[in-house]
Amino acid sequence: MNEISTTETKTHALGVDIQGLQKSFNGHVVLNGINLTVKPGEIFAIIGPSGSGKSVLLKHIIGLEKPDSGDILFNHRSIQSEGALEKYRLAMVFQSSALLNSLTVGENVGLFLSEHRLKPPSEIRRIVAEKLAVVGLEGLEGRAPSELSGGMKKRVAIARALVIEPQLILYDEPTSELDPLMAVTVGHEILKLRRKTNVTSILVTHDQHLAFGVSDRVAMIHEGKIIFTGEPAQMKNSENPVIQKFLNAKFNS
Amino acid sequence: MFQNIGEMLTLFWRTLKSAGITWRQRRKIADQLFDIGNASLLMACILSLFIGGVLALQTGPMLVERGLASVIGGIVGMSMCKELAPVMMAILIAGRIGSAMAAEIGSMRVYQEIDALQTMNINPIHYLVVPRVAAISIALPALVIFAILTGWLGGALVCAFNNEISLSFQGYFNNLKDVVGMGDVLNGIFKSFVFSLIIGVVSCHQGLTTIGGPRGIGRSVTKAVVNSIVLILILDYFLTRSLLYLE
Repeated sequence: MNEISTTETKTHALGVDIQGLQKSFNGHVVLNGINLTVKPGEIFAIIGPSGSGKSVLLKHIIGLEKPDSGDILFNHRSIQSEGALEKYRLAMVFQSSALLNSLTVGENVGLFLSEHRLKPPSEIRRIVAEKLAVVGLEGLEGRAPSELSGGMKKRVAIARALVIEPQLILYDEPTSELDPLMAVTVGHEILKLRRKTNVTSILVTHDQHLAFGVSDRVAMIHEGKIIFTGEPAQMKNSENPVIQKFLNAKFNS
Repeated sequence: MFQNIGEMLTLFWRTLKSAGITWRQRRKIADQLFDIGNASLLMACILSLFIGGVLALQTGPMLVERGLASVIGGIVGMSMCKELAPVMMAILIAGRIGSAMAAEIGSMRVYQEIDALQTMNINPIHYLVVPRVAAISIALPALVIFAILTGWLGGALVCAFNNEISLSFQGYFNNLKDVVGMGDVLNGIFKSFVFSLIIGVVSCHQGLTTIGGPRGIGRSVTKAVVNSIVLILILDYFLTRSLLYLE
């Protein structure tokens, strides 16, 4: 098992370079030559309609999927080279939260530390309590994930990611299943975490309020391709019809 | 099918290579052992009591008719420890524990819990497979010891109380002691150890390769149980053949 140190709190943020990423499943092209650069310490949002390949792209960045062609570089080093992914501390907040149902909330949040034996149990308990307090769930350590609402699970998943003190954190639809107020809280957490640790954050979402509210730059993915990259204001003013249609979707009564 | 076998062998090899971390996972192994023992011990004893009984019932009257009542103990004793206890217990455990393993790991796969482990740099083989395979490889041979003993007892009870046999406890066990040696018991325990590895690896492999939703989990559970039983029965023949050479 790779030993990972969590001694430093101010992390060395990762720069991410995605070059010509292609992926198909059963002949269906999902990612069709993605090129993106995310600077160290940046909050970068990828927006796009459902099924456009956003989640698959995140899975590639964290190494859960292997590309058909193309490459992903962390600080100019390919993640496909031996041991590259283990070298960095990465965290992902899954859309479904992906908490381990057989463990309590506290065990879930402390899992990274306990499995890698990075801290003694009393210290792990303290850190877990602290991180749960950060996401407004203090005192819930003993509860089972199945007793929590969707929004609470998502916040536990964020607390679990915070414990890792990551250099790169990926959020997959962090505000789905959350009410607008809680979505704002999560947005603040994303900003606060970057301020405290200078972490690089990539979030995939179709919540444009979140994307424009927290990110430094935004990209739009459509049919497996990046059709726009720029600052939120530039995207709002873009004349690209696909972007305008996505941003201004309304009921026609 | 060949791809499946290849994947299972790879999983088995990777589990063996990770065996060094077994001690670190002792708490998880203890939990699994408790689950397996708790779920299966009583059932294993009842099952083998009746298997031993029916064995005596089938063979007893025929042997008595030919004046061979004294050999019933040896026949029941040998069949129980070398064949019936290991195979029947393996089938029972494949049904009860293998299915539960495949379902649990399968649902963890479907609900992205295994992806979450991987993103935390936690190896699912260390975290999920090693404790389960270790626990089942301790539990099944232990259950087989209980099964052998209760099977012998079942045979003895039928011999004593069935009017067509009427063989005393003493007569039954004297013959059993003469015929069955420690090596025969160890033979059965060794077989059950091999079977336990099959159940553990097949069930964990099915769980880890689950795709789709709840239907996928159901499919994995069925395949885990069926594949385990088929492999156990096929391997039983070859294992018996090799052990006979060694004797």
